[in-house]
Amino acid sequence: MSEWPLFEVFVRSKHGLNHKHVGSVHAADARMALENARDLYTRRNEGVSIWVVPSNNITASSPDEKEPLFDPSHDKVYRHASFYKLPDEVNQM
Amino acid sequence: MYAQLVETGVKKIKSLEEMTPEERNFQEKVDAEVKIEPKNWMPDAYRKTLVRQISQHAHSEVVGMLPEGNWVTRAPTLKRKLQLMAKIQDEAGHGLYLYSAMETLGADRDEEIEKLHQGKAKYSSIFNYPTLNWADMGTVGWLVDGAAIVNQVVLQRTSYGPYSRAMIRICKEESFHQRQGYQILLDLMREGTEEQKQMVQDSINRFWWPSLMMFGPSDDQSPNSQQSMAWKIKRKSNDELRQMFIDQTVPQLEFLGCTAPDPDLKWNEETGHYDFGEIDWQEFYEVLKGNGPCNQERIATRKKAIDEGTWVRQAAKAYAEKQQQKQQSAA
Repeated sequence: MSEWPLFEVFVRSKHGLNHKHVGSVHAADARMALENARDLYTRRNEGVSIWVVPSNNITASSPDEKEPLFDPSHDKVYRHASFYKLPDEVNQM
Repeated sequence: MYAQLVETGVKKIKSLEEMTPEERNFQEKVDAEVKIEPKNWMPDAYRKTLVRQISQHAHSEVVGMLPEGNWVTRAPTLKRKLQLMAKIQDEAGHGLYLYSAMETLGADRDEEIEKLHQGKAKYSSIFNYPTLNWADMGTVGWLVDGAAIVNQVVLQRTSYGPYSRAMIRICKEESFHQRQGYQILLDLMREGTEEQKQMVQDSINRFWWPSLMMFGPSDDQSPNSQQSMAWKIKRKSNDELRQMFIDQTVPQLEFLGCTAPDPDLKWNEETGHYDFGEIDWQEFYEVLKGNGPCNQERIATRKKAIDEGTWVRQAAKAYAEKQQQKQQSAA
């Protein structure tokens, strides 16, 4: 089935939640990918909505870039509310 | 186990000192229980072993549909038929989750399936036994899926992320399989005629030993286990898993009012485990080599399905291309 392109499948499990990646399917076209994803990933009420995306349309960060991409946010503690200590009287803020 | 005798191609395990910096970095991650993801660096032998193991696991799920397919049209009631079809559909799904996980390693699905058809790739020995009576549907669910669960629960913690996530999904669905199997046997034993009860015992007699073989050869005959354990592809040894399975299964067997075809099976107060007799390893290796009762039939059925479905896949592709051209000319 490799002659059929690969699609990544994202399922929204409940209204109000994000679509989440669950796996992939092969299909001749997007319509069939949706049908295959429905049969494969939602046999037990796992979803209320499905996205399929051709796998080759996904651009992903590489593990080598992990440090330059994500390290800069490590030392910015002042971006978190817990950094700001307030007196007990107003600490509900 | 659904994967038996998976080769690692490694003769001797390297110590941390003997490793290249990349290998050491990888091994330290594995040791720290950090999951390995598709784009991470990994040793070539790790990648190859995983492709072998996951494809073998996927093939087992797919071939595993065949012994059960035998009984769809002969199920005694509509309810049993629906349950059986749901279970078979799950096995197809499990095969697909696993092929998907395997493809993240850069393996090609068609190529791996071709290897199965050429006899170069293995699948679990258990599916080379025939399903001769209706009670076999109960026994397969209870014993075969039961043995698979023992193995797969541990594999949820396997070091490769996509494999581990596929295992988590599969385990959620497997317990239905085991319960529906046990219920078939319970109903036959509680409400069945004398003949039906004998059918259950006959079925257990035939599937008991092959189920124990699912975990693969004993640890001292399992040359690849050590490397697979170091890579945390495998988490527990064959003998440990087999013992776990026996310990949890014997009380269920006794509750049914049936016996195992093993005169040496008895509780050992000292060890806190059941002792059991010697497995016929000759039979195991013969079945694995392709000389089991159904090996040829299983592969022939798989090939036929692929061959006879060719026109469907081609038609779907032609239709997709045509639709795309239409869209492009309309735009």
